[in-house]
Amino acid sequence: MSWFSVSPVELDALRLSLWVALVAVALSLPLAVTMAYVLARCRFWGHGLLNALVHLPLVLPPVVTGYLLLVVFGRKGALGPVLEALGMQLAFTSAGAALAAAVMAFPLIVRAIRLALEAVDPQLEEAAGTLGASPIKVFAFVTLPLILPGLVAGAVVGFAKALGEFGATITFVSNIPGETQTLASAIYAVLQVPGQEAAVGRMIVLSLLLSFGALLLSEILARKMVRR
Amino acid sequence: MNVDLDIHVRRGRFTLEVQVTAPAGVTVIFGPSGCGKTTLLRAVAGLEPVDHGKIVIDGSDMTEQPAHRRAVGYLFQEPRLLPHLNVLGNLKFAQRMGRQVRGQSFDEVIALLELDHLLSRAPFALSGGEAQRVAFGRALLSAPKCLCLDEPLSALDQGLKHRILPYLERLRARTDIPILYVTHDAAEMARLADYIVLMQAGRSVLSGPAEAILSDPAAVPYLGVRAAGTVISGQVMAPDPTTGLAVMAFDGGQLILPELSQTKGHNIRIRIPAQDIVLAREKPRGLSALNVFEGTITQLHSGQGPGVMVQFKTGGTLFLARVTQYSAQKMELAVGQTIFAIVKATGFDPAGIGT
Repeated sequence: MSWFSVSPVELDALRLSLWVALVAVALSLPLAVTMAYVLARCRFWGHGLLNALVHLPLVLPPVVTGYLLLVVFGRKGALGPVLEALGMQLAFTSAGAALAAAVMAFPLIVRAIRLALEAVDPQLEEAAGTLGASPIKVFAFVTLPLILPGLVAGAVVGFAKALGEFGATITFVSNIPGETQTLASAIYAVLQVPGQEAAVGRMIVLSLLLSFGALLLSEILARKMVRR
Repeated sequence: MNVDLDIHVRRGRFTLEVQVTAPAGVTVIFGPSGCGKTTLLRAVAGLEPVDHGKIVIDGSDMTEQPAHRRAVGYLFQEPRLLPHLNVLGNLKFAQRMGRQVRGQSFDEVIALLELDHLLSRAPFALSGGEAQRVAFGRALLSAPKCLCLDEPLSALDQGLKHRILPYLERLRARTDIPILYVTHDAAEMARLADYIVLMQAGRSVLSGPAEAILSDPAAVPYLGVRAAGTVISGQVMAPDPTTGLAVMAFDGGQLILPELSQTKGHNIRIRIPAQDIVLAREKPRGLSALNVFEGTITQLHSGQGPGVMVQFKTGGTLFLARVTQYSAQKMELAVGQTIFAIVKATGFDPAGIGT
């Protein structure tokens, strides 16, 4: 076996990492836009509390976040019976890995979108209103296009975070090859066994390529939007 | 079409209470800054909540309607163009949002505001005057039943102002909807107004047709001495055969003017500032001034300053002249007296000559 031939386990980890990160971003994005909008535009009692809650996964040790996920979504967790009734299981499944990654990426995505939202001039939205745009249309045709660069930036940061997420994932869904073993946890697993330097090296190269690709893509997208 | 307003707004210590009916044409809302002009316009457009009152536009009650259903075109002090759309996208935005705009009006507005060479430009590539013209076009193309113009020229420098004003005048001549025009510039008001509402501290203190308000001595304290003066409408006649000077006929006589760009048959408006009229008790002779009118004093009004405002009537037209208190005493001016008014041809405000 040459250094460059990727083993099926490693390939699975790569595929799973991509899937988890994409699903995590796709799950987070609509919710993050809503949350960013609420935090940026609405003033209400408990605003600070909500803001702190959103940012919690950023400051908590990831192990704690993973444990809390287990407490809420685990089979014996608070929502366990509900999930079971729906025929869903999150703990120790790839869907759970995506959830853990989404929770960890959420604050970063919200931050990026919120910054973009706060840079939008509300006077433009007001002007669009006088031109016959309902609040929903104002959001769709004025606000959303204006925050698009922030949205893309948030998605890329979130994708990168989800790709690299380790602590919460391994606590919540463990490290099952083919089911919950992402690149990060695969590297960790391989590092536990002596004499696996080649496998570690290969997966590190894969991680590098993935991260680089994501950064490059975001750069290209950002340039395209500036040109528009 | 009419706009009927009965607006009550309370914001802390500020109260706005205005009842106004604005007919088709330009209604200038004039007053010092902070008197509530902008709040009034924003309330009409649904951008400012009203505590109680009624806003009726073209016969339908809009009081409870949100801004996007009011069909009120709004031109802000800044252009507020949408930066992610080009000029054409901005102009067509209202149509895209579902406003029914007649097909031909697009070409009309483009022609009126001379926008055809700007259509593919991005908003950031426009000059201040161009951007405001695009914003104006965009408001016109939103199928408005009423237009609100909130000091649309205040952000532009003097030169640009004079380039945009003709567009406003052209619009004024063509449109059949009420236009609410907020300004604190008296020259702009005299040039554009059909109807005037004078505001102070959240209330309308005087309102009426422009000719009546501008020649009303009671309005002078609110207008300022330099803005006070008559606006007379008349028709351009054939040039004077002996002198070649332009002649304008109005209700009360004929004015001889140094120069007119309009040809015979056109209706024009001329503003004569109160301080450009000299009064005499007897018919003057041997004067270089060409315009001398005989009139009857209808009102005398002395304010706090050194001047006295004299309103007099020639034919069906009311004039306003300003003399010093000393002159008024020496001439023993009184209501009902016959006087002669000398108007120097160069006294006409060239900016006041419009359609």
